[in-house]
Amino acid sequence: MSAEQIKQRRDRQANKRREERFWREIVTPEGATIRLRLADVTERGAALLIDAGIMLLSLILFAMVLGAFNVFNQASQLVFILVFFFLRAFYFTAFELGRKAATPGKRIMRLRVVAREGRQLTANAVFARNAMRELEVFLPFIVLIGGPGDDQFSGLMNLVLVIWLLVFVLLPFTNKDRLRAGDMVAGTWVMRNPRLDLKADISTASSAKDDLFTFSTEQLSAYGEHELLVLEDVLRSGTEEVVQAVATRIRGRIDWEKGPDETDRAFLEAFYTKLRQTLETRMLFGNRKRDKFDSE
Amino acid sequence: MSADAELKSYRFRAERETEWKALERLLDKVQSRGPHALDREEMLRLPELYRAAVSSLSTARAVALDRNLIAYLEGLCTRGYLFMYGPRTTLRRRLGEFFAFDWPDAVRRAGWATLLSALCMFGAALVAYFMVMNDPEWFYSFRAGFVDERSPEATAEQLRDTLYTENYDIGESLATFAGFLFANNTLVSLLAFALGFAVGIPTALLLMYNGLVVGAFFALYTSKGLGYELGGWLLIHGVTELFAIVLAGAAGFLIGGRIVFPGNMRRIDAIAEAGKQAGTIGMGVVIMLLIAALLEGFGRQLINSDEIRYTIAISSLIFWCVYFYTPRGRPSR
Repeated sequence: MSAEQIKQRRDRQANKRREERFWREIVTPEGATIRLRLADVTERGAALLIDAGIMLLSLILFAMVLGAFNVFNQASQLVFILVFFFLRAFYFTAFELGRKAATPGKRIMRLRVVAREGRQLTANAVFARNAMRELEVFLPFIVLIGGPGDDQFSGLMNLVLVIWLLVFVLLPFTNKDRLRAGDMVAGTWVMRNPRLDLKADISTASSAKDDLFTFSTEQLSAYGEHELLVLEDVLRSGTEEVVQAVATRIRGRIDWEKGPDETDRAFLEAFYTKLRQTLETRMLFGNRKRDKFDSE
Repeated sequence: MSADAELKSYRFRAERETEWKALERLLDKVQSRGPHALDREEMLRLPELYRAAVSSLSTARAVALDRNLIAYLEGLCTRGYLFMYGPRTTLRRRLGEFFAFDWPDAVRRAGWATLLSALCMFGAALVAYFMVMNDPEWFYSFRAGFVDERSPEATAEQLRDTLYTENYDIGESLATFAGFLFANNTLVSLLAFALGFAVGIPTALLLMYNGLVVGAFFALYTSKGLGYELGGWLLIHGVTELFAIVLAGAAGFLIGGRIVFPGNMRRIDAIAEAGKQAGTIGMGVVIMLLIAALLEGFGRQLINSDEIRYTIAISSLIFWCVYFYTPRGRPSR
């Protein structure tokens, strides 16, 4: 292994570990393990911004409607205040109690709320996690737009207040489940909604069955499971240039002579199928080959 | 190895794919249109398909190296799991259970926290009362920045006018209703609840501050000989409102208490457990405050007799105490 390869492998494993940190395993009552992917801070921040935007926009629209009908009297002010109050106090709770357990912002970001460790999500938990928003979102926001200069608070008090509120705002960065205070109190996680997208099996492609492609045992032991998964990604979503580059590299490594009518994609599909067959057989016998550096 | 042999993992997939797709369709239907969208047959088929998918996932992990396939099955099983073991009751039944059992239970179990919370608020009220009685100048400290016509300089006659309504105006009722709902009650309670996270100390401060204001007003009116009248004006809705604020504070203390003393649980689990109870109390508090705001907006404007005001105050106190503190057995499900 060259130094470059060692570095690549180490990076790859570090990435994998980083990604693994976001997955949580739940054992279902059937005894099967399912995995949930927690949302990361950026996704949750984006969802919050979208929700804040929706709330703000609806308030502005509402004010414009009032303006259009020219009814700026006491009653309309009251209705406006009421609308603001209901949005502030119940927007999040109402949406998260729905079937999708998510606010519009979370839906757009493909997130949802679940009870921690896969337990039942209750209405109480949803209430608790959103009541904490008073402290985490609204109060800092008011301090932010209110700013200093209030006679009641000296500069020092303001500083203490800002630090105190920062603790809540920064809390999700400090724990591995990315919990904000509301999630801690309610016992909830925010997870990514799984995308269901079953694509055709590559091994059924017509070229994969072509008799042109027969590989020796040696050629099929050049790569391991990691390379197989990368190859799957290349075949499913790589551009033609990538397919060409990968095909050239594999041919070089396994000493494959390119035939006259052979396309890069067909070669890769066939090689993928045979490699998968070999590795799956090995897996069944409990003799896995994790990647190309894994010795026999 | 013959070239046209299908992979074992592909055969596995081909045999089961229709079932997975059927489960996916049912879950889509449930998620977009609710469980009532399923007919009887589909309702029975869903758990069956779910269990089949879960067992497919276990098998796939052992025999297949197709990442797309495993990711699909993981997603499918997760969605199935969240539906199968998600909240099962209907909203109506859940609401019924909440009012009949969950809420009073949660309040009753929070006895000590409620007492502590009440002590903070009424203790502070008592202190403020005596301070203002001794020296009316203190009134301004407690009402910093919010002094209106109700100040020590006002005459008894002016103060009396603030307690009774001569020309009833529905707009004004709505104004009070909305104003107090918005400006004070609910947000103060949400805050008292949320501040519990900080070991309960800010909750105590908030409760005391609230108590100080109440105490200062009592002192002001009593010093002009209007104590009894103010009592009626305040307590007609105040019993419900102050009770609600005390309960919100108690919910905050519950959380704060478990943060400091998690017992033999992990701290994070202890917080979540307290949070569940506190959340139940919190939802109830919002309802109490709505009732209080209605009493305040309409009741107080329409009812100008001290006797009736006190009757309502006392009966609401009895109502809440009986409702919360009578023990009741939950039917076994």
